[in-house]
Amino acid sequence: MTNTTSSVPLLELKHVSTIVNAHTPSATKILNDLNLTIYPGDFITVLGANGAGKSTLFNVIGGNLAADEGDVLLHGDSVKQETEEQRTRFLARVFQDPKLGTAPRMSVAENLLLASHRGQRRGLHLRGLRSHMAEFKTMAASMQNNLENRLNTATGNLSGGQRQALSFLMAVESKPELLLLDEHTAALDPKTSQQLMTTTNDRIAQDHLTCLMITHRLEDALTYGNRLIVLSDGKVTYDVRGEEKKQLTKEKLFGFFDEL
Amino acid sequence: MSLITSAIGQGLLWAILGLGLFLTFRILDFPDMTVEGTFPLGAATAVALITKGMNPLLATGCAFLAGMLAGLITGLLYTKGKIPILLAGILMMTAAYSINLRIMGRANLSLLGKATLFKNNFLDSLPQYFDGVFVGMIVIIIITVLLVFFLNTDLGQAFIATGDNPTMARSIGIKTDRMTIMGLMISNGMIAMGGALVAQNNGYADVNMGIGIIVIALASIIIGEVAFGELSLSQRLVAVTLGSILYRFVLLIVLQLNFSANDLNLLSAIILALCLLLPRFRKFLHFDRLIERSVRNDQHN
Repeated sequence: MTNTTSSVPLLELKHVSTIVNAHTPSATKILNDLNLTIYPGDFITVLGANGAGKSTLFNVIGGNLAADEGDVLLHGDSVKQETEEQRTRFLARVFQDPKLGTAPRMSVAENLLLASHRGQRRGLHLRGLRSHMAEFKTMAASMQNNLENRLNTATGNLSGGQRQALSFLMAVESKPELLLLDEHTAALDPKTSQQLMTTTNDRIAQDHLTCLMITHRLEDALTYGNRLIVLSDGKVTYDVRGEEKKQLTKEKLFGFFDEL
Repeated sequence: MSLITSAIGQGLLWAILGLGLFLTFRILDFPDMTVEGTFPLGAATAVALITKGMNPLLATGCAFLAGMLAGLITGLLYTKGKIPILLAGILMMTAAYSINLRIMGRANLSLLGKATLFKNNFLDSLPQYFDGVFVGMIVIIIITVLLVFFLNTDLGQAFIATGDNPTMARSIGIKTDRMTIMGLMISNGMIAMGGALVAQNNGYADVNMGIGIIVIALASIIIGEVAFGELSLSQRLVAVTLGSILYRFVLLIVLQLNFSANDLNLLSAIILALCLLLPRFRKFLHFDRLIERSVRNDQHN
C-alpha cells in the first residue's frame, strides 16, 4: 500500500451533529460535534461499537441524512445542501446487504452499464449494451468468482458473494473520488468474505482510490488501509495513520476499546 | 366471424391500457389507481374537442396531454408529497370524475355524425369491425416500437432500475422521483389516449366508463404472462397485446353463456382473480401429484 496522501483535503466534516427526535424531551445526538478530514489516497478503516454513529457518518457523507449542525466540504466547498443523487458524481457506496446494491431483475451486464453512468445525465441514447460486453467480461473476471460467465444472468439469481462482488465493481467502475464501504463483506461466508476483501484491497491500491471502510473485524481494520479511526458516542475518539497504525496490534486495540 | 373480428379490434384498442399500466404496475412495481380517472378523462377530452369541431387526431393528442397532466399530479403527490401511491391515485381518480363532468358538461356525450379516427373513406370500405382492427393495429405497433426503443435507452434503463431497486438507483445518481413522475405521466398519457380511441370507436364518452378498467388492463398483462411464460422485456410488451386479445375472447365465450353486459365487471374481476391464482393452483396440483406418487410407492413397499 503506497502512501500517496497529500495535504489538500478531499472531504472535511466540520463540527457535524445529527439529532434524532429534535425538539422533544427524548432528543439525542447520534453524531456529536464530529470532525474528520479525509485526504486523497486515504484508505481509512472505521471501527466503533453498535450505536457509535458509523452508519450515520456514512449517511451524512452520502447525503442520505442531512447534518443538523456543522458542514460537509468537498475540496473546500460545502456540499451540505446536495442530495444523495447529486453526490454520486464524486461518491460511490457499497452496502452491507447484497440485495441493496444491484437491480435484481436486470442482468449483470445491465447493472454494470447503469453504474458506468454514475452521476451523469441519462438521455434518450440507445444504451449500446453489446459494445460494452468485452469490457464487462474483463471487469467481471477480475473478481475471480466466475462472475464473467454470468453476465446475462438476472442478478437476483446470483449467489450473495457474486452479488456483492458485482456491487463492488459497480461502485469502483467509474473510479469515484470517494468510496464508502459499509461492512460490505459482513454478510458473506468467511472464505468469500476474505476473497472479496483481498480484491477490494487490490483494486483500491491499483486505482489509488480514497476509501472509508466500516468493519467489525479488528484483523481487517489492522491489515488494510493506511489510517484507522474509532468512533464512539458520535465522535472520532481515535485517529491513527501510517507507521503508527502499522505498529498497532489487536491487543492494543482491545485495550483501547476497554478504555471507552 | 364478426364477433371474433370485433373481439380482436377491442383487444387491440384496450391493449393500449395494458401497455400503459405495464409501465407502472410491472416496471415501477406499484398499482396506479389514477388510470380509472384518466381513461374517461381522455375519452371526455377527445369527444368534447371533436364535438367542438377539432380534428380527431389532434383531439386524441390533447387527450394524451390531459392524461399526462393527471399522471404528473399523482406523481407529485406521491414523490414530493409523500402520500402513499394507492391513496395518491385514488385522490386523482376521484378528482378526475368531477373534471370529466366539467369537460363534457354532462354525463354522456355522443359523437353521432362527427368525424372520428374510425371514419374515413378507406376504413368505411372495410368489412364491419375491421376499422377497429386496422386502427388498433397501427397504434399498437407504433406504441410498442416506441416503448421498446425507450426502454433500451440510457433513460429507459434508469427508469427500469428505479422500479427494480430504488436504493441502488439513487446510489448511482438516478433521480428516482423524476423517473417515477415520468413513468406515471407516460403511462397515464397512454391510458387517456386509449380512452379517446375507445370512445371514438364506441361513438360516445361516458363519465362512468372508467369503472373497473384497471382490472381489465391488469387482466391483459397477467393473461399475457400466464399464457407465454418467461420472456424478454420487449417480448413481454407484445405479450400484453396478445393477452388483451385473449381476454376479449374469454369475455366473448362467457357472454355466449347468457350473461348480460351488466355482469361484465364481475366477470372481469373473476377472470383476473383466476389468472392471479393460477400459480398457486399449479403448486397445489404439483403437490397433489407428489402425494399420489408417495402413496403409490408406499403400496409397493
